[in-house]
Amino acid sequence: MIKPVLSKKERNTLIRIIVSLCAFIVLIAVDKSIDIAASVGGKYGWLLPLFLYLAIYITIGYDVLWRAVRNIAHGQVFDENFLMMIATVGAFALGIYHSVSGLAIEGFDEACAVLLFYQVGEFFQRYATNKSRKSISSLMDIRPDIANVLRDGEVVTVDPSEVAVGETVVIYPGEKVPLDGICTKGVTSLDTKALTGESLPREIASGDEVLSGFVNLTAQIEMCVQKEFYDSTVSKILDLVENAADKKSKTESFITKFAKYYTPAVVFLALALLIIPGAVTGKWDVWTYRALSFLVVSCPCALVISIPLSFFAGIGAGSRYHILIKGSNYLEQLAKANIFVFDKTGTLTKGNFAVSEITPKDNADEILRLAAIAEQGFAHPIAKSIQAAYGKEINADHTLTNLAGMGIKAENGKEAILCGNEKLMKEFGIEYQKNDGTGTVVYVAKDGVFAGSILIADQLKDEAKSVICDLNSMGAHTVMLTGDNEAVAKKVAEEAGVSEYKSSLLPDDKVREVEALLAEKRPKDVLCFTGDGINDAPVLMRSDIGIAMGAVGSDAAIEASDIVLMKDDLSGLPLAKRIAKKTMRIAYENIAFSLAIKIAILILSALGITNMWIAVFGDVGVAVLAILNAMRVNRKYKQTTK
Amino acid sequence: MKKVFKLQNLDCANCAAKMERGILKIDGVSAASVSFMSQKLTVEAEEESFERVMDEVVKVCRRIEPDCKIIR
Repeated sequence: MIKPVLSKKERNTLIRIIVSLCAFIVLIAVDKSIDIAASVGGKYGWLLPLFLYLAIYITIGYDVLWRAVRNIAHGQVFDENFLMMIATVGAFALGIYHSVSGLAIEGFDEACAVLLFYQVGEFFQRYATNKSRKSISSLMDIRPDIANVLRDGEVVTVDPSEVAVGETVVIYPGEKVPLDGICTKGVTSLDTKALTGESLPREIASGDEVLSGFVNLTAQIEMCVQKEFYDSTVSKILDLVENAADKKSKTESFITKFAKYYTPAVVFLALALLIIPGAVTGKWDVWTYRALSFLVVSCPCALVISIPLSFFAGIGAGSRYHILIKGSNYLEQLAKANIFVFDKTGTLTKGNFAVSEITPKDNADEILRLAAIAEQGFAHPIAKSIQAAYGKEINADHTLTNLAGMGIKAENGKEAILCGNEKLMKEFGIEYQKNDGTGTVVYVAKDGVFAGSILIADQLKDEAKSVICDLNSMGAHTVMLTGDNEAVAKKVAEEAGVSEYKSSLLPDDKVREVEALLAEKRPKDVLCFTGDGINDAPVLMRSDIGIAMGAVGSDAAIEASDIVLMKDDLSGLPLAKRIAKKTMRIAYENIAFSLAIKIAILILSALGITNMWIAVFGDVGVAVLAILNAMRVNRKYKQTTK
Repeated sequence: MKKVFKLQNLDCANCAAKMERGILKIDGVSAASVSFMSQKLTVEAEEESFERVMDEVVKVCRRIEPDCKIIR
């Protein structure tokens, strides 16, 4: 279903604005060409244009006038509606005064225009904020609407929040998984892109975990619900995004505080401008007019709205790239972040062991075959990585003997394989070639003769190097923390290009290292820790900004972190930083621009150079431009880093 | 205790800031935030007096922005 672009209320306002605007243009065109007052003639000829302008004025502004009266009754003196009313009614009064005293008839059109353009600006503001709100909720279009729950042998369609833990839910192809659970029946592939950013579908079978927000692609499955809706992954993520704007940035607090003083200040200035020069020169009408222009510019809404809108757009841009930012304040901090601390395993490296080198190379296939025979059936990471590297089925009738602390002996009638560490080679008196690579080395011998060695190491993520390089080039200090020994740490650090590393750390030491870094940093430095969320919740919480990667499904990590990279991809980090920087730049641009224009208009109106037309264009125009500028934050970003 | 309320027809960012300041002045409110963008009000107060506090919050909001409704 296509939703109407405008709500009913918005549409009515729009119609009112268009009708008034057309009427206003016609009236002003007629008035300027034939001078209505003069053609009516007589002493009271000015009454006709007054009534015509007043009619449009009331059509367009009755709600503003009503709110002004109502709010002043509530004691809201510096209410923007009230100020607009004073400015425009004042302008009318001035026009009447001019007319009665036989001067040129002027001011009616201005008063009318001020309110008209004020309404246009208000309408645009409302439209832009609504649109920006909607765009965020549609970005996070992961909320499941229904759950097909199996009750008494029948499938009942209910709201996901009505399903209890332990119930069985049927998910048809094409449907969203409504709740977190375990698959109990069926085999299918799930689209996990909305949650993980991973474009490859995930294959699942009975016994596998299924998270809400995934989309079932191929076949019907049944699952046993493990968590209630409010507790499920999708609710948590939606909650996080929807509440992100609640955590206010310092910039926003500054601007609202500024607005608190700005409006009264401008109003008192207007009063001063009326009384002092008015009393000195006696030209009350001139100074009243200038003071009224002040009131038109006194509304701070453009300023106040453009800042949260910029941050909101920044948060939206983040979620478009599967970066969840938990608050405007973190966006602000991230823009300043210049110390990036990384956990090694699982963050900079893939966290899984893989065969990285076989020596000698010309005999690689044979060495791998021998090792695969010896390591078949074992489940530890080293054996698995060898099996994965071999990739073929192993048809061997070897008898396997596990030699604790050394390795494995595998033999059948034809061959005897030894596969293990240096100790094993020494034990059997085999002359071997020492492999000095960093990582775990597996030596292989056949029939008492050394065949070669396999180096197994944790591999650097493909994007790690470019990401670190990117951050370094932004002037950031990059630090790697790891529990691995010096040799492994040094190699990975060099490969990744981090500026500093700390090795042989126990989990507690990581917190201590981060605390030490926090203690020695300068006050304006911002420390950002990135980890995979497993075991590093304390560090995530201690850092200025904690970033968890690929953390979907891990509540602890999502809770402890300030920014979540849903996709297990480091390149989200420089991207998030770029979004943050852009957001801040636009927010500052808006502040500087709005203030500069407003102050310029204030000065010019005080000097009598501008008129109320310019004042209202300045006020409304600034608001519109600031909003358009803010929306620029949520545009496309280049995702690849060089 | 912390509670989040949805706000309806909160049309002006400056009013949101004014509402927030007004709510923070209420006796018994330990923290409050009015978010214009997400149209939400977060109030933190003691559990025993929460209802009384919320009645005052509603009063404050009605004074500052009568169009805006707090959905309790």
